[in-house]
Amino acid sequence: MSTSTATPQTAHGQPEAPPAAHAAAGLPHPDPGDWEPGRRVIAPSFAPLPGHQWQEEPLMSHDGMHVAAVVRQEDDSFTMRVDDEVWDAGFDKVWSPRFLPDGRLVAIVQQDGEWTVAVDGETWPDTYGFIWSLLHGPAGKVIAAVQQDMRYGMIVDGEPWETLYENANNFALSPDGRRTAAVVQTVPLGQADIETFTRGVYSVAVDGEAWGRNFMNVWTPVFDNRNDRVAAQVRLSHSEYTVAVNGAPWPATFPCVWEPCFDPATGAVAAPVRKDGRWGMALDGTLLWEARFFQCWTPAWSPDGRHLWAIVAPRYGSFTVARDASPWPFAAPVVTDLVLSPDGARAAALASHDNAAWQVVVDGVVWPGRWDMAWRPVFSPCGRHVAVRVKDRGRETVLLDGRPWREAFTTAWDPVFGPATANGAGMAVLLRGIRDGACERWVATPDDFRA
Amino acid sequence: MSATEFSGIAERRIEDANLVRGVSALTRERIERVVKAVTKGEAGARLAVYHETCMRCGMCADACHYCISHDGDPTYSPVGKMEQTMWKLLRTGGKVDPDDIYGMAQIAYTECNLCRRCVHYCPVGIDTGYVMGLVRRICHRLGVVPLYIQDTAHSHSGTMNQMWVKDDEWLDSLVWQEDEARGEIPALRIPFDKEGADFLYSVIAPEPKFRTQLIYQAAVIFDQAGVDWTMPSAPGWDNSDMCMFTGDYEMMGRLKRCHFEMAQKLKVRRIVMGECGHAFRSVYDVGNRWLGWKNHPVPIVHSVEFFWELLTEGKIKLAKKFDEPVTIHDPCNIIRGRGLMDKLREVTHALCSNVVEMSPTREHNLCCCAGGGVINCGPPFKGVRLAGNKAKADQLAATGVHTVVAPCHNCHGGLEDIIHHYKLGMHTKFLGDLIYDCMEKPGAA
Amino acid sequence: MQQLYNFAVGPLTWVAWAVFLGGAAWRLGSMWALARKKDMNAVAYMDVRFAARSMARWATPFATLGWRANPAVTVATFAFHISLGLLLLFAPGHAVLWDYAFGVNVWSLPEGVADVLTVLVILLCGFFAWRRLQLPTVRFVTRPMDWLVLALVAVPCVTAFLAKQQIGDNLLLSTLHVLSGEAMLMALPFTRLSHAIFSPFTRAYMGSEFGGVRHCPDW
Repeated sequence: MSTSTATPQTAHGQPEAPPAAHAAAGLPHPDPGDWEPGRRVIAPSFAPLPGHQWQEEPLMSHDGMHVAAVVRQEDDSFTMRVDDEVWDAGFDKVWSPRFLPDGRLVAIVQQDGEWTVAVDGETWPDTYGFIWSLLHGPAGKVIAAVQQDMRYGMIVDGEPWETLYENANNFALSPDGRRTAAVVQTVPLGQADIETFTRGVYSVAVDGEAWGRNFMNVWTPVFDNRNDRVAAQVRLSHSEYTVAVNGAPWPATFPCVWEPCFDPATGAVAAPVRKDGRWGMALDGTLLWEARFFQCWTPAWSPDGRHLWAIVAPRYGSFTVARDASPWPFAAPVVTDLVLSPDGARAAALASHDNAAWQVVVDGVVWPGRWDMAWRPVFSPCGRHVAVRVKDRGRETVLLDGRPWREAFTTAWDPVFGPATANGAGMAVLLRGIRDGACERWVATPDDFRA
Repeated sequence: MSATEFSGIAERRIEDANLVRGVSALTRERIERVVKAVTKGEAGARLAVYHETCMRCGMCADACHYCISHDGDPTYSPVGKMEQTMWKLLRTGGKVDPDDIYGMAQIAYTECNLCRRCVHYCPVGIDTGYVMGLVRRICHRLGVVPLYIQDTAHSHSGTMNQMWVKDDEWLDSLVWQEDEARGEIPALRIPFDKEGADFLYSVIAPEPKFRTQLIYQAAVIFDQAGVDWTMPSAPGWDNSDMCMFTGDYEMMGRLKRCHFEMAQKLKVRRIVMGECGHAFRSVYDVGNRWLGWKNHPVPIVHSVEFFWELLTEGKIKLAKKFDEPVTIHDPCNIIRGRGLMDKLREVTHALCSNVVEMSPTREHNLCCCAGGGVINCGPPFKGVRLAGNKAKADQLAATGVHTVVAPCHNCHGGLEDIIHHYKLGMHTKFLGDLIYDCMEKPGAA
Repeated sequence: MQQLYNFAVGPLTWVAWAVFLGGAAWRLGSMWALARKKDMNAVAYMDVRFAARSMARWATPFATLGWRANPAVTVATFAFHISLGLLLLFAPGHAVLWDYAFGVNVWSLPEGVADVLTVLVILLCGFFAWRRLQLPTVRFVTRPMDWLVLALVAVPCVTAFLAKQQIGDNLLLSTLHVLSGEAMLMALPFTRLSHAIFSPFTRAYMGSEFGGVRHCPDW
């Protein structure tokens, strides 16, 4: 991922699903299995093991049953610690670890200047000039960006693309997690070679195969929900931007565009576009939302294609969320993390004032309370409930439908809704975190949250 | 009128491949169309009022280092440069020849640093930097941009950084500097992508490309100060922005969105920027506005302010002071752009036992002549900077010291060139250089 | 000639004031609308406190770098604008007109003071003209518009002075004075004299940006 507008990633470079896909079409929620309400201590103390001088930030598995961290061993090699075990192999560098939804632990590792990926301690057979930008999706494949012999592309479960390129960035994954795409530079570019650049050196490679056409710039390729077509922002000349779908640009150009997204129902493509100094939304190249906003970005469709959402600024310095071009009455200096409910009829977002005093807004209504930090909201599978991890005076907790959990962690992870939420009865939320050094998982019920 | 006696830019045209190429593709009709699109379509009351209220009093001539260095040549005065460019375009409704655009581009890109020193001289408050920026905007839309800075803008668009640094090269630089620094501080770590850290540290691409020791130094300083920091592994790490200076505001917006969104994604409390001035201007003052953010979605702290904080809070302790006399150069973009003149002095005095002030100083200090993208226009225009800042050379020489503290990359480049050209026998230092040299390092091997 | 004079001090005065006030209101109003449409990324930072601070600074002679670097211009500018303002409002002849037009008794300058101020303004016009002719930095940027606005100020003063001192045809000079004064009034919103209505905003804006965003003095 290489531009501002690419699919958002988590702190560890992990892609987050687009807003609508989180609970609906995209990543399935893991089933943590154990939904017995109450607290369970996974590790009373996650203090470094004997001989480990060095232990980095811990991370917890999706089911909250395991905790891991990068550690440096007595022989100065780095490896992963999972609970009280360490991987057999040690490396010069271990980086970007994350648990996959199926419980596997993946990390990028380097030994003697060569890079590869280790899955549960087992490295891919080959090593590469560089590996970065780990991705994963529902199919369980482990995907990354790769550089080999100064040629660039993507690698899937240890298999690099057949064709590698001069450069590659803006890495993307199809919703099913099987197909890959990236912006690639297909032509070498000399120093200060303005003319070649202007003619176009960038394209999109899908599973390694480049579109038949180059552009001056390409950003944020994105797949449709059939894992088939790819749309991206393209720049045709210094002042002409548009969207290309499978390499074919819209006939209309705009002074600027942002990230496109496919209508899951019809396959049409929407993207924010700039016109006369304001932002609106175009559908397949035609203006859909009048260009009247000071900003309009992060578009997201409901899975049925009935609603199109985006973060917008109706006035200068004043942001909110718009559904089908109608802004919420709420406004704040900054609005981020737009997330749709599984059916796409509802939405939640975060608002902040100077990156502090964070508020959670659901369907245009602000929850009580302001927080030092807030994380991306999570909808329940039924779409009726929203949980948000928040930080307040150095402690982290979780809000459920606006009500804070009675307890707090030192460090928390995102909440996970249990399966039995369809009828509200037996609803439970898995809360994971570290408190006073102990790694804990709590299965909380609505009663555990303050009224 | 008397303009003929000073032919100005026509006398001093400099060959630049992309200016030649761009101008050769122009027609009068296209120029007129683009001038109208920018002056009527994009700009509004601010430009119109500036054009109308500028009394042509000439008071700003004394403000500009180009004008001072050229013995008061009026074609280098701020109003003289506006007269030859934007005022002429407005007066003629954009009906000018392609050749005129060449001269206007050369003035706007290489004879004005957008340093805003003239603000202190203008009674009615004309912002020459804004006006010259709009001239650049017109030139950008006409495709008439000096070669080197245009290439840099292309790098920004292709890689989201200033120096064509590929994703893996960035990471490689960090890993390399981390390894190097562990030779000195065994437990040192450059934390990539640490979610929820107190601050994200962002730099300009010349650091991983040419000046990796600055990353090393920053890592040692932060590590030994015990602060909670992170650097991003993905694009968004580079805070620089030559697109702001070419007039490519759409790319500027894209770059700043990328930078701020990286910080938002990592849930850091604030962004601390390395010792760079233009990047600070872009992130703090310009790019955020283009995106519609009135303030900053994540607070922006320049290194000068952050070092001040570390020293004031006692997080850094000094083992010694720098004994040689130093003088302080005030970078426009963090002094006139952020008012850090007092903190810069407090930090410098804490580090150096003998500080000799320049004259003029603080917010009235003269520009380095590299900023505003001028140094980025490359070798063809180096002479413009050297001749255009004799005033700075005189000012530096008058201090009688051999070390200039300048917390800005472009200032370093510009000052080093001037020092060399005028044989001043001086050298420049970043605050980071001095802190790294003077601080206690309890974690050292 | 007497008829012309009567017309000038009668109906034409009202026309001049109407053009001036209407013109100024229209120019300010349309400029404000344009600013709201195109310049929100500037307008949004307007701040009364910092605007006032900057205006006060620049309204004080030698309180800014620019004023200090140009002492002659500073003295001339302040003397010129203060004198002109005093004469416009409080010249003894004008007091009569205030009374005649609105029936208000306005304090007026003593005759001798008014005479001195008139001469001063004429001399300062000469100084500004000299700068435009002699100083390269000013000459290079001087356009016909700059001469026009200088003339618009100088002619009423010169004619007033001559009429007052009984030099030449008094009626002719008085008529010319009134007509040129009205020309200045009417031209104000539509020439560079409009700095009288716009410069408070440019000053206020610069003060707001430097005070509120850049935390740095703009003087």
